[in-house]
Amino acid sequence: MSATSKPKVAFYWCASCGGCEETVVDLAEDILGVVEKVDLVLWPVALDFKYHHLEAMPDRSITATLLNGAIRSTEQEEMARLLRRKSQFLLAYGSCAVSGGIPGLANQFPLEQVLRFNYEEAPTLLNEAKTRPQTHFAESGRDVTLPALHQMVRALDQVVEVDYYVPGCPPTPNITRAALGALLEGKLPPKGSVLAPDIALCDECPRKKSKPANLSFAEFKRPHQLLVDPAVCLLAQGVVCQGPGTRGGCGAQCPGGNMPCTGCFGPTSRVHDQGLKILSSLCANVEAKDEPGIVKTLDGIPDPVGTFYRYGLAKSLLRRKVTLGVNGFPH
Amino acid sequence: MNSALQQGWNEGAARANAAAQADRRRVTINPITRLEGHGKIDIFLDGQGDVERAYFQVPELRGFEVFCLGRPAEDMPQLTSRICGVCPTAHHMASTKALDALYQTEPTSAGRKIRELVYNTFTLEDHALHVFVLGGPDFIVGPDAPAEQRNIVGVIQKVGLEAGKRVITTRKRLRELIAYFGGKVVHPVMGLPGGVSKALQPADLPGFQQLAQDGLDFALWTLEVFKKIVLENPAYVSTITSDTYTHKTCYMGMVDEQNRVNFYDGKLRVVDCQGREIFKFSPQQYRDFVAEHVEPWSYMKFTFLKPRGWQGFVEGVDSSVYAVGPLARLNVADGMATPRAQAAYEEFFKTLGGRPVHHTLATHWARVIEMIYAAERMVQLINDPEIVSPEVRRVPQTVPKTGVGVVEAPRGTLVHHYETDERGLIRMANLVVATGHNASRIAMSVEKAARGLIHQGRVTEGLLNQIEMAFRAYDPCLGCATHALPGHLPLHVRLYDCHQHLVEELRR
Repeated sequence: MSATSKPKVAFYWCASCGGCEETVVDLAEDILGVVEKVDLVLWPVALDFKYHHLEAMPDRSITATLLNGAIRSTEQEEMARLLRRKSQFLLAYGSCAVSGGIPGLANQFPLEQVLRFNYEEAPTLLNEAKTRPQTHFAESGRDVTLPALHQMVRALDQVVEVDYYVPGCPPTPNITRAALGALLEGKLPPKGSVLAPDIALCDECPRKKSKPANLSFAEFKRPHQLLVDPAVCLLAQGVVCQGPGTRGGCGAQCPGGNMPCTGCFGPTSRVHDQGLKILSSLCANVEAKDEPGIVKTLDGIPDPVGTFYRYGLAKSLLRRKVTLGVNGFPH
Repeated sequence: MNSALQQGWNEGAARANAAAQADRRRVTINPITRLEGHGKIDIFLDGQGDVERAYFQVPELRGFEVFCLGRPAEDMPQLTSRICGVCPTAHHMASTKALDALYQTEPTSAGRKIRELVYNTFTLEDHALHVFVLGGPDFIVGPDAPAEQRNIVGVIQKVGLEAGKRVITTRKRLRELIAYFGGKVVHPVMGLPGGVSKALQPADLPGFQQLAQDGLDFALWTLEVFKKIVLENPAYVSTITSDTYTHKTCYMGMVDEQNRVNFYDGKLRVVDCQGREIFKFSPQQYRDFVAEHVEPWSYMKFTFLKPRGWQGFVEGVDSSVYAVGPLARLNVADGMATPRAQAAYEEFFKTLGGRPVHHTLATHWARVIEMIYAAERMVQLINDPEIVSPEVRRVPQTVPKTGVGVVEAPRGTLVHHYETDERGLIRMANLVVATGHNASRIAMSVEKAARGLIHQGRVTEGLLNQIEMAFRAYDPCLGCATHALPGHLPLHVRLYDCHQHLVEELRR
């Protein structure tokens, strides 16, 4: 595509599973609209591109960059900074960039534990010498190198300033289409906004009618412990569903699959800490009023961090295990 | 849409499809100055400028096994699918089967059939992507074609716009079936111990029956395209059968009771390089047969056949190196369970001189044969009256303890193994993925290609693509391999002379 007055758009990924890219692909026909209206300057797999081309571009010459994946390595941090400098708008695309995502759950564990399990403890290992990968390994005079690993997983805005957020694990094609449309038409909300409907997931859930006005939990059931009625509100069935504290816009896909919402779209604008919000709203409705009764009820939520902060631990008030450094290299 | 617009759309969608599969195949792309998160090859030359040693390294590790500790087991199918957004359904299904074992709860008959239907749909869709987007372009467009044409756009130019549209549309419809049951196509939520979360409504059946039939037509057509373009071209056939791309190793894959290929369930069978069965075991016994070796120069672990001990990166009768994936599955199986796939299987071995076939690049052909099986199995399952049964799940009544779940991911055998406390909270998780099983053979392929191509210090222009072809056939997913992100395979090759001076650097 030649240089034109068309807005320049870049896609880039950091620590991501590839699921966000799949969503862009699933736009299928709608990609035409995007391709026609913009000049795609960076999409590493789709277009030829070199690092120095990007560096040579004037600052702020890219209209918008959509970046997915969490920030885990120095390389990713460098790319995030470079793209920030070159872009007028930087969008955190998908849960990992928005709030650390599922990989952010690693912030509960020291890296040493990861290395120890992988190279000393895993049941399939045969490694009596306890060999571990080395950042520098010399063999017959050959020095073979590996990069060091980091302790922490961070959301994009913990590294650089972010203008807009596109939530979801992954975001849906609809949300993506709307975000691109808003960008191209210049109909952007205030900086820092999440480009998704600012309503609770319950508001678009087909089961909403069966949601009781006053919830009351005698017990919490884990999804495998009951046969879920596909027509009835999951909370009404005692299943922890993140719907009330989670932003809508996905079309209630997981309840559509007859499973509870796990919160991947993050909170609405009225909520500061998603996990805290859902936790407090559920606990306020626990039927038992004495401590043993409450403890027993909460047995049904055995992993509160993984349940309430599944996609947002890195960005939450908890952030990480206190003993972990941000950029530590343990070896 | 007018035709220019249509072409634009197709090209855009094609590029996007290529994007989804990450930069595994474009030669010129590496925007990065450093190497974390990349495939990395360091090649060392001797005094004569010939290859002394080549290291294929994976420089990242994420540690899913550790950060899943303490999580409820029933969350594992959703947590582990985030290992890879390209093959989330494989991790989801292996994990779900591990939950069945953990809770000693067999899925209901309909639940099992729905799982198998979704899984075969996924395999068909994922294989199609590889055939047309990843490995296929090397052959359909040609290994010597300019890099910018060796992609899906080039494929569409070669096979025609209508055919290209057929690929994209079929893949989209197949993914809709996965989303129907899974809630989401990327990171589905259907898997629970004892079955699946959602039943098939009878009203939705006819559409999916039509899809299965169209999927089968599509798979058969793919075989015709492959035969016409690849097998009728002697130059391609000689590349496929050349020594550079041949390794005499063992193979492992899942088989049913009659030793036929099965992606969803069965026993694991291992054959040696002469095609003799040397081991056959139930997935629960995987630790007796599979072990992992650690090298100090890669975060990726190298799996080998435990009874044979680690013998190093060597091939031959006593080798403990084995491969998994489409070629391995055909090599270990006595046949295919469906008629059209069986015919294709017979033709495959007849053409290539009998079982086992050691030519890595024949994996592409094997993959097409598996597409036919996956589609035929879809047709069988969707026309099974029980597929619309509402009895899709059984609630576990037992105390969980330990469970192993194994499926054949598109790229090969995938093992999930969990141990929990009595509340079903993860105490130990061990994952052995396809690219781990293949790691040794991939490393050998890379070194062999390097040795064959680099002489007297001279690196040919085509080095990178030739090396790429050696391991692209495995459809490697390094994200899965290290349970690390990203799940892509950018590549960086560095060539050192005998004085450790960097003489050449290639990136994509």
